[in-house]
Amino acid sequence: MADLSCNIAGVTSPNPFWLASAPPTDKQINVERAFAAGWGGVVWKTLGEDGPPVVNVCSRYGSVDYNGSRMMGLNNIELITDRPLQINLDEITAVKKAWPDRAVVVSLMVPCTEQAWRDILKRVEQTGCDGVELNFGCPHGMSERGMGSAVGQVPEYIQDVTGWCKSHTQLPVFVKLTPNISNIRYPARAAHAGGADAVSLINTINSITNIDLDTFAPMPTVAGKGTHGGYCGPAVKPIALSMVSEIARDEETRGLPISGIGGISSWSDAAEFIAMGCGSVQVCTAAMHHGFKIIDDLCDGLSNWMDDKGFTCLEDFRGRAIANTTDWQYLDLNYKTLALIDQDKCIECGLCHIACEDASHQAISHHKENGKRVYTVINDECVGCNLCALVCPVPDCISMIEVDNGKPYMNWTQHPNNPMSN
Amino acid sequence: MSHSRTSPRDVTAGRLGQEQLAENFRDLHPPLNEMQAAIEASRCLFCFDAPCLEACPTGIDIPGFIRKISSGNTRGAAITILSENIMGGTCANVCPVEELCEQVCVKNTAESKPVTIGKLQRFATDHLFAAGIQPFQRAAGSGRKVAVVGAGPAGLSCAHRLAMLGHSVSVFEARPKAGGLNEYGIAAYKMVDERAAKEVEFILSIGGITLHTDKALGVDFSLGNLRSEFDAVFLGLGHNACNQMDLDNEEAPGLHNAVDFISRIRQEDLSELQVGRNVVVIGGGNTAIDIAVQCRQLGAEMVTLVYRRGPADMSATDYEQEIAQTHGVLIRCWAVPYSIQADDDGVHSIIFEQTAMDESGRLMGTGQFYDLQADQVFKAIGQHFDEDLLDSDDCPAMENGRIRIDAERRSSLSDVWAGGDCVPGSDLTVTAVQDGKLAALSIHQFLSQSLAVSE
Repeated sequence: MADLSCNIAGVTSPNPFWLASAPPTDKQINVERAFAAGWGGVVWKTLGEDGPPVVNVCSRYGSVDYNGSRMMGLNNIELITDRPLQINLDEITAVKKAWPDRAVVVSLMVPCTEQAWRDILKRVEQTGCDGVELNFGCPHGMSERGMGSAVGQVPEYIQDVTGWCKSHTQLPVFVKLTPNISNIRYPARAAHAGGADAVSLINTINSITNIDLDTFAPMPTVAGKGTHGGYCGPAVKPIALSMVSEIARDEETRGLPISGIGGISSWSDAAEFIAMGCGSVQVCTAAMHHGFKIIDDLCDGLSNWMDDKGFTCLEDFRGRAIANTTDWQYLDLNYKTLALIDQDKCIECGLCHIACEDASHQAISHHKENGKRVYTVINDECVGCNLCALVCPVPDCISMIEVDNGKPYMNWTQHPNNPMSN
Repeated sequence: MSHSRTSPRDVTAGRLGQEQLAENFRDLHPPLNEMQAAIEASRCLFCFDAPCLEACPTGIDIPGFIRKISSGNTRGAAITILSENIMGGTCANVCPVEELCEQVCVKNTAESKPVTIGKLQRFATDHLFAAGIQPFQRAAGSGRKVAVVGAGPAGLSCAHRLAMLGHSVSVFEARPKAGGLNEYGIAAYKMVDERAAKEVEFILSIGGITLHTDKALGVDFSLGNLRSEFDAVFLGLGHNACNQMDLDNEEAPGLHNAVDFISRIRQEDLSELQVGRNVVVIGGGNTAIDIAVQCRQLGAEMVTLVYRRGPADMSATDYEQEIAQTHGVLIRCWAVPYSIQADDDGVHSIIFEQTAMDESGRLMGTGQFYDLQADQVFKAIGQHFDEDLLDSDDCPAMENGRIRIDAERRSSLSDVWAGGDCVPGSDLTVTAVQDGKLAALSIHQFLSQSLAVSE
């Protein structure tokens, strides 16, 4: 069995699966249940400054269901912890003491003053936790009060707050980034410049999941009104993976440890984020949907896949996808594939034909032969776009076959059609 | 060869209590609930050029209506169904989907299990009926009158479409109730809760249709009368005579036509229906299955269905045969009735001769016999159309004992159309509905043209 142990910015855990800062990590009882189930670490739900806690509304969640599957995407309008600071600190202390091998990182969000950050850091350090995560991400509620994504959208603030935190604590500092910006590299560079030990991303995305067509109010609805919330769950994974890749590839931030977050629901999702350079991965929606028990397959599946691949530890494949992620302009324009339909596997649904006919290049013909519907690729028309293979419901029925056209690698920067190339 | 009675004929009502009867005659398959429907609908691939659509005799846009169920547009789904097949509610229950749409579903290849189209169709149509919606409207009145003879699936389908197109329709039905086979001829557990009657009510609610029950062709009126009184006539006469075995004692007490008893099961109090302890059913179609299973449900101890050829030759589908077997019916193939043993008290046994195929593929007796004790015997060896009820001097041309029609369901008489079981072709409800629909469209065209000429 592969070694799943994880070390990111000096924070270690027996496996890379952490529960993200969210309702599952709000209380000792939840966190201990998670650790008992096998989770490698948690980022404790965000603590605010001392004083009267925030107040939450009900209801708090909206869901995007798709074709019978619940919670393809989830949004929430819950704020940071609504429990008194000292209770949280006491519970964090107790948990870390009882589970010394697990990663316990504490998420923090206080007003944008050095004093506020220094005060809370001093108290958090005493819990024995392994690190802090600066919540510059939450896009709802707290941002209206100048915190969360209101900070994360201004690189200068990120750099300042990160700098304050680094100067007031010895704990590793993770900076959690909001995706609600135009270019993720700027906040990441700011965190790096401020001395961040790692970045965590993505936080949730601004969203209104749906409108109740009876009341005409956004969901979740609070007394007939709704507001935008933070979107997460399987639907956001591609966005998160892309943003992770930007930071992993950026010259300024290359090598900066990343804790990957965003729709991670299975071991293969996790493997993809690690391959894109992530140290640990954080999970929330999948656990909120199915409970902590999913950790069994997350670990077991990752380990079995690593065994199959001959990887003995996470370092063996961490970052392996980074070099293969490039800019469009460097893709080989002379690379050619054609769709090939395996007629023995074809179930005659015709989805490839109609997709190509209506939405692509009219490159799949259909006719009947002895009562059987036969769909055939017209090679001269096929642009190798892959749409047919994606809509085909049968695994491996349509393959994209590389065609050796004898042409050498040529990208856009070299192409004669590019006015900038010469 | 002759056998004497071993015990008095045991035929009695009330073999089972009311509760057990109610349990036995409830829905064969409960309807899908919303969650089941959503899951099942999500299995549909929305095929291009879908084979199910092609396999449906009425051409229902099956992928289209299933997608509407998926999206929560259940009323739209029902209207998609009913636009092509006004009896889509009944067909959802009685169509041999295993030989039509579901047989060709691509999910058979992919998952060895088709999308359960019939059940989804029922889900959609039940929804519309429960909401009491009549989604179709009549066009402005054409002033033309059409007579429809027979209020079965063909006649009602024709009447509804004609009414939609603005014509005035008079429907003449020989029996006391409309619905035809749906009301009188289909097993009770496939048509629970007055389903057939409610469907008739739904169809008639479009307006423009006058129903005359207890009015029989050849008794109360003639085809000639109708042709002179109406602008066009549609004959949806159905089967009106049962095939006979042509054996001695065929009229003996205790020997019945299956369709008559099925009709009584549909119409009468189940606890008062007399059923034998030992029942023998002769035949291999769905009627044979329906009577055999329902005799078991009424409390018959032993029901044996005897068919002259092999299981694969039975016109009852595999699915129907399975229903019989899981309800405790013993199916015996390769035997034909040889003689009916009866005395003054009635039938007491049937002697069967075993059969086999000869080398040329012809069915022949083997000279081997066996004897089945029977308190009650049901013949389900087919029905036919008795043309005697048509006027001899004004009769449309026939073809193999049925009314000959063209592709538009028009007979050799220019103002007479026909469909359903009285014309050649399959004897399914769904094909009867299609006959009625196509005939109505053709009649409409005929009336529109003749209207134009007369103007």
